[in-house]
Order: sequence, then C-alpha cells, then structure tokens
Amino acid sequence: MSSATMKVDRREFLKGAAAGATGLVIAIYLPNRTEAHAAAASEAVPFAPNAWIRIGTDDTVTLVIDKSEMGQGVVTSLSMLLAEELECDWKKIRTVFAPAAKEYANPVFGMQGTGGSTSVRGMWTPLRKAGAQAREMLIAAAAEKWGADKAVCRAENSQVIHTQTKERLSFGSLAEAAGKQPVPSDVKLKEPKQFRILGKEMKRLDSADKTCGRAEFGIDVRQPGMLHAVVARCPVIGGRVASFSADKAKAVRGVKHVVQISSGVAVVADNTWSAMKGRDALEVKWEEGPNASLTSTAIGKMLEEGASKPGGAVARQEGDVRAGLASAAKKIEAVYQAPFLAHATMEPMNCAAHVRASECDIWAPTQFQGVNQMTAARITGLKPEQVNIHTTYLGGGFGRRAEQDFVIEAVEVSQAVGVPVQVTWSREDDIQHDFYRPASYSRFEAGLDAEGWPVAWSNRIACPSIMSRFFPGSVKNGLDESSVEGAADLPYAIPNILVDYQLTETGIPVGFWRSVGHSQNAFFSECFVDELAAASGKDPYEFRRRLLQKAPRHLGVLELAATKAGWGEALPPGRHRGIAVMSSFGSYVAEVAEVSVDKKSGEVRVERVVCAVDCGRTVNPLTIEAQMQSGVVFGLTAALKGAITINKGRVEQGNFDDYQMLRVTEMPKIEVHIVPSDQPSSGIGEPGTPPIAPAVCNAIFAATRKRIRRLPIRPEDLV
Amino acid sequence: MAIQFTLNGKAQSVDVDPQMPLLWVLRDTLNLTGTKFGCGMALCGACTVHIDGEATRSCITPVSEVAGKKVTTIEGLSANVSHPVQKAWIDMDVPQCGYCQSGQIMSAVALLARNPQPTDADVDDAMSGNICRCGTYLRIREAIHRAAQMHAATAGHSLPGKRAKKSAETAAMTLDEPPTVGPTAGGAE
Repeated sequence: MSSATMKVDRREFLKGAAAGATGLVIAIYLPNRTEAHAAAASEAVPFAPNAWIRIGTDDTVTLVIDKSEMGQGVVTSLSMLLAEELECDWKKIRTVFAPAAKEYANPVFGMQGTGGSTSVRGMWTPLRKAGAQAREMLIAAAAEKWGADKAVCRAENSQVIHTQTKERLSFGSLAEAAGKQPVPSDVKLKEPKQFRILGKEMKRLDSADKTCGRAEFGIDVRQPGMLHAVVARCPVIGGRVASFSADKAKAVRGVKHVVQISSGVAVVADNTWSAMKGRDALEVKWEEGPNASLTSTAIGKMLEEGASKPGGAVARQEGDVRAGLASAAKKIEAVYQAPFLAHATMEPMNCAAHVRASECDIWAPTQFQGVNQMTAARITGLKPEQVNIHTTYLGGGFGRRAEQDFVIEAVEVSQAVGVPVQVTWSREDDIQHDFYRPASYSRFEAGLDAEGWPVAWSNRIACPSIMSRFFPGSVKNGLDESSVEGAADLPYAIPNILVDYQLTETGIPVGFWRSVGHSQNAFFSECFVDELAAASGKDPYEFRRRLLQKAPRHLGVLELAATKAGWGEALPPGRHRGIAVMSSFGSYVAEVAEVSVDKKSGEVRVERVVCAVDCGRTVNPLTIEAQMQSGVVFGLTAALKGAITINKGRVEQGNFDDYQMLRVTEMPKIEVHIVPSDQPSSGIGEPGTPPIAPAVCNAIFAATRKRIRRLPIRPEDLV
Repeated sequence: MAIQFTLNGKAQSVDVDPQMPLLWVLRDTLNLTGTKFGCGMALCGACTVHIDGEATRSCITPVSEVAGKKVTTIEGLSANVSHPVQKAWIDMDVPQCGYCQSGQIMSAVALLARNPQPTDADVDDAMSGNICRCGTYLRIREAIHRAAQMHAATAGHSLPGKRAKKSAETAAMTLDEPPTVGPTAGGAE
C-alpha cells in the first residue's frame, strides 16, 4: 500500500526478526561514542565525535557510509548531508563503508540495511546533526585555543575562522583538541536557504574508483589463503541433494574440496574456473521435490483461479462498488498479467567468508548487514557481535541483495573447509536461483457514468506474497500490502472503490525487486485507467487531470511531464505518446513515452521518455536525473523483454541470450524534470521504474489501438 | 608449461591450465580484479580487455591464445585515472553501480582508437555488446563524445611545451604502447 504503511510493516518485521535472535531492536537516533567510536579510536583517529565522522591530524575527513552503495549514489548524497553542516573541504573527503553495528541501524527499518528508497529519507536529520555536532566541537576547540568566544568563530572549508582577528586553524590541527570537547547534545541546523551543498549538482565521489578498476566489489575480495567455490544447486526449485559422488570433481586440476551444504554441493578450488569445471564433473542425484512438474501454464491457472475467488483480503474499500457498477452507464472489464522477473544484477551473487572458532568475517555486496550478522551467528553458533560484516560496493542490488542465501553458502562452506572461501555464482546460477518479482494477475471491473467519468473501480489481485517469507507477522488477514502497493493507493477521485487480494503461492520464491509491488501494479492500474479514458472518448491526460484535482503532487508531476513532452502537439509520423503517473516511496513520478511500432514486425521502439519527479527537497539533482534514467531503463527492460518462465520446476532462462537486457542501441532519449519542493526529501532509487511500462503500453495503444494486457510486450501481438 | 604475454606493458608469465579463460587468470591468478565477470558467454562485455589493441571478451578467451600478445586491462589504461576516456567518464558522472564500467571503458577506448570522432550510430554499434543494468547509456554516449573532443583538442594543440603531454595522451588513445603503471600483477600466488 502506501509507503507510510509499508514503513510500519518493515519496522515491525525487523523488530520481530531481531527480537528472535539478538535483541538488536532500536533505531538509534543520534548515536554517540559507542562501538564505532571505539573502533575509530583504535585506529588512532584523534577526532571521531560520532559514528560517521573521523578527522585526522593530517586534515583527512573520513565519512562512514552506513548504507550500501549499489549505484543509487548514497556515497555522495550521504556525504553531502554530513558535509553541509560539518563545513569540511569537499575535495578532502574520503569515505569508508560502515561495519555492522547497532548505531548504523536504518532509522526506517530499525536494523542496518538499505532498501525501500529510504537512505536519504532516514538520514536527512541524523547526518546533518552529526555534521553540526562535529563542527561545534571543532569550533569549541579553536575558541579555547584563541581564548575567544565561540560566537566569533565559524567553520568553512575545513578551517575554523576567527571572524574578528581573521586567524584560521585547520580541522586537522584542531582534531586532537576537538576530541576532548564534550559532545553537544543540541545543535542548530541550517535553514535550507543557507545550504551550500544540498540541492547542488555534486559529482559522484566514487567515479574515479569506478573508472580504473579500483572499486572493490564483493566478487573482487581477495584474502590470504582464500579458496574459490561454486555450488551445484538442484535445478528444480525447492529440490535437494539425494546423493552425490565427488570423485570426478576432485580429479579436476585445482579442486581442493567437495562439500555438501544446505543449498547443494560446493566445489572448492584454488580458482573460480577450476571450481566451475569441478562442478561440471560433479555427479549429483537430486530429490526434485514438490515442484518437479510445475509449469508456467499451471502457475498462470493458479493465479487466475485466485483472482476468480471471491472473499479476498480487502486492501481498500470506499463506497459501494457493487452499487456503483450497477448504476453505471457503461461497464469495462479487463484482466492484466505480469510475469516473474529476475534481478540480474551485473555482479552475480557472491560472498566471501572466513569462519573461525571465535569470530567470523563476511565480505559481501549486501543490502542487509543487520540480518547477515544474525544469519551467520545462527549457522556458526557465534554471537552476532562476533560476526564482522565488511560491506563492499554492490554491482547492482535492486532488492536481490537483501536476501541471505549467498551469505549462508559462503559461511557454510568456510565453516566446512576451515579457510576463507569466496562463493561465486555463475550468471545461470544467478538467474535460475533468484527470489523473483512475483508474477501477478489483476482483474478489473469499472463503471462509467453517462458523461464517461468513473463511478466504480473494482480490482482483485492474485499473486504470491513476499512478506509471508520475509516477515510473516506483517501479513494480517491474508493481506500482504507489498502485493497491492500501487493498486490500493489509486489516487483518482472515484466514489466507489474496492481493491482486494488473494494471496496465491505458486512454489516459486519471490522477493523485493526494484519498486516491489508498484512494478506490476503501476502497469495494471495505469493501463486500465487509460482504458477508461479511451472508453469515455476522453484524452488520457485530461482524463487523469480531472480525476487528480485532490491529489496535488500527482497532478503536479503529471502536468509537468505532459507540458515538457508537448502533450497534444503534433509528432513526427509514426510516433505516438502515452502517459502514466505513480507515487511510490514518498515520491511522485509521471512519464510520457513516445513510441513507434513497426507495422510489419510489431517491433516497438521507445524513442523518447519525458519524466517529471517530485521527490521533495532536492539533495543532488545529478543523482536524481541518473536514478530516473536508471529506473526507466530498468522498467523498460522488463516491459520489452523480461519474463522468467518455469518448466518442470526449472527456470527456463539462464543468461543474457534468453533473459535479455536493454542495450545502448535501444536506449530512448530520457529527459528528467524536477518539481521544486520544500517537502521532506523522499525516495529516488525506485520511483522512476513503475510508470514506464504503462506509459509505453498506453503509447502502443495510441499507435495501434491494441491493448497490451500482459507483459512483456510481444511484437507478435501487435501485427 | 608457462604461458608468456605482455600485461599492461610488462612481461607476464603464468603456469595455469592453457584452457583457463584469460578473465580468470587475470582475476584469480594475478589478482587483477578490475576486469569483471558478468556472463561467461561474451554476452555482456563486462570482461572486455584489449588484446593487441582489439577489444576482446576475456571470459571466452583461453589464456593460451594470448601467448606472445599484448594484453591491456582497465588497470593498465593510465597511472592515475588520467586517460581521456576515464576523465570524460568522471566529468560526465557516468558510473552508477560501476560494475560494467571497466568493460564499457575498454570498449570505448578501442572504438576511439580506430575512430577518433564517432557518431552516435558508431558509438551504438561499438558499444552494443556492453550491458549496463543501471542504464547509464546516455551518459556513456556523452562521455565518449567528450573524450573524442578532448582528444581532438589535444591532438590539435601545437604549443611546444605541451608536446610531451600530447604524445602521451595520443598513445593512450591509440594504445600502441599502453603507458602502464597501475597495480602490477604479482605473478601466480
């Protein structure tokens, strides 16, 4: 449902999850000198006033980034939040990723992790306060040295300046004295009009490392004595090892060990390629389990039956939808479907671990350090605080790296062989053993009055539930709100609305996929709204405008996108427009897509996308533009190409030949326009994704009068 | 038997299975991890390196095939991220997650070496084998054009004092002899 509601659910989840194992419960608001400080102190950093800032006598400012950098730009944007108040020299900033520690709990989740487009939303106040706190201590140290009043001192560009004598002291020269100052509990933060960094176009801090091969991703971790492993997993989802023979695998040059773990059989070698060859030679008999005959056709039937059953969990009910439909001058019905999707991060799943008797180190491209720690503790019998999480850069995340499977494997293999082990997944492993974006089935019925305005909207959704696995406690009365987000929060003024949900498990594991439920529900809802506009003979933009009069932020982005796209103006021959709008993660995004459809082949080409975003107060316009472009490409890839299909319980796709990605040759021009706002900053990592599929499908309707009601878009449906 | 080749300007010898793909020799034997594993089937371009100046997918290239040849990886492009293509990438704020960018940059450098002023169509043609899941393609295109401009500006520069720099950058663009520095491979183990 709405992001606000989701927030509560995820927080509850983490409370539940944490209470079970460790007692790590709280979202610490503004941590002081605790474990991270102790860690900083042990590295002889003279000034470490809080969990995020360390200043050395050599003037280096080290900022601790406690969110995972998966491309969304947190290294830069969180540094901006700190630096705005700290008044440090931007060019002297270095960043390190935080260890797992309770002061780095995500204030939105209550546990350390990155997701739900929460990073800036959650850290807006804590990091500015942390920066201000450090600045005040540096100023106090300088004032003490000068025998001056703090009021005549100010900080600028990594120096404290005596505003009367014009004397200056560098942060480095003040670091030791600042470390002895009391930590102020109350600090005054700048007014937005005083911002010098926030809201400005700041270049990414990680670009240099990412253009010379120096950035360390999980797969790049190298430890002394480390071995490389791959795992043979049952090709049938949910199956397990019946028996295996390691002889042939062990005969492969470089193979050192073959061990059974919970997910399959690991082949451990002195390099990844030998491990892969060893796995090819391995003989395993599988117990295929309950999914052995499962097919996509059968799953489609399960979902269809789910959506046909009355009495689903009510996600939203307003007015009387039956009466509304009965009174309607015209009724429209439609069924929409979306497939399972893999995440296909460019960096395949991997993790390195070193388990010892009293400690465990994990090097991982992970979104969920807090749970990783508990997972490893459970496997090894260690305490969570004996598990050290070393977060690397993530070669894409998209929700996949919130899972534990890749961490479990590395911990189990290292525990079995006693040395550091890196488990690397092949691309096929990665695509065939994912937690997929749920396949979903959406049945609509709507009624229009005599003027063509909607009087009733009924929507039943059937799909598997992510939260039933991730946190069963959040699924109440059969309702997983992540399954209906983007559907139940329909923003249009319609007097009678019913959205209900049939939780329908299929045997295929599902997980968070960039923008989660919005990813499919935007396609369903925004295409069906377009159907209503067409049925009433109204322009789809004007139709939405009229129904969004009481939803100002939706309306704002809708109008901006339409204006910038030249809605209503003539297009080159063969080009057509479609529009869609969706709110997710606190932000509002509208997109206008211009497409052309080849009449002979049915090939769809997206030529231009105009995107308008309202994400509250702007932190970094360059990042917002990049994330909108990225979200559009992610959603467009899915709309044009994405489908995971199942046969005999096996995923039929395996690599980028049959699970294709958008390439540069198919890239539309994308323009991003930001709505100025003084509302609190909201998410940008995900909200660009939901509107693109419906915007494109609505444009295809404008081009062909054919409705796309199942994804991906199939050229054969358009000829 | 050891296989010998030139890696980022230095002689390199490895004693591994000759069928082992160059990618894994670089990453696991030599610990040069800038070259990335993405698909293992030459479908995504993350593993792109130069072999005698040609952009090549190292994930399907048996190491035996590079015997006696010159291999350049992302680490060998410049000493301090100073190659015009790297500078353009930073100027245009291209990377997001960054995982594919080594391969993107190696493809772009090879393109500019044979076509110093590519059109958008030339760029698309040369870069279509490199997948970016973050969708940085628009900025990649702009960065390639910017690198081409930098190259043209440098090549057209006639001040004598700048000559040394010019020839170094030209060499880097053409990759006749990569100006190697970067982390050098430590040999097997």
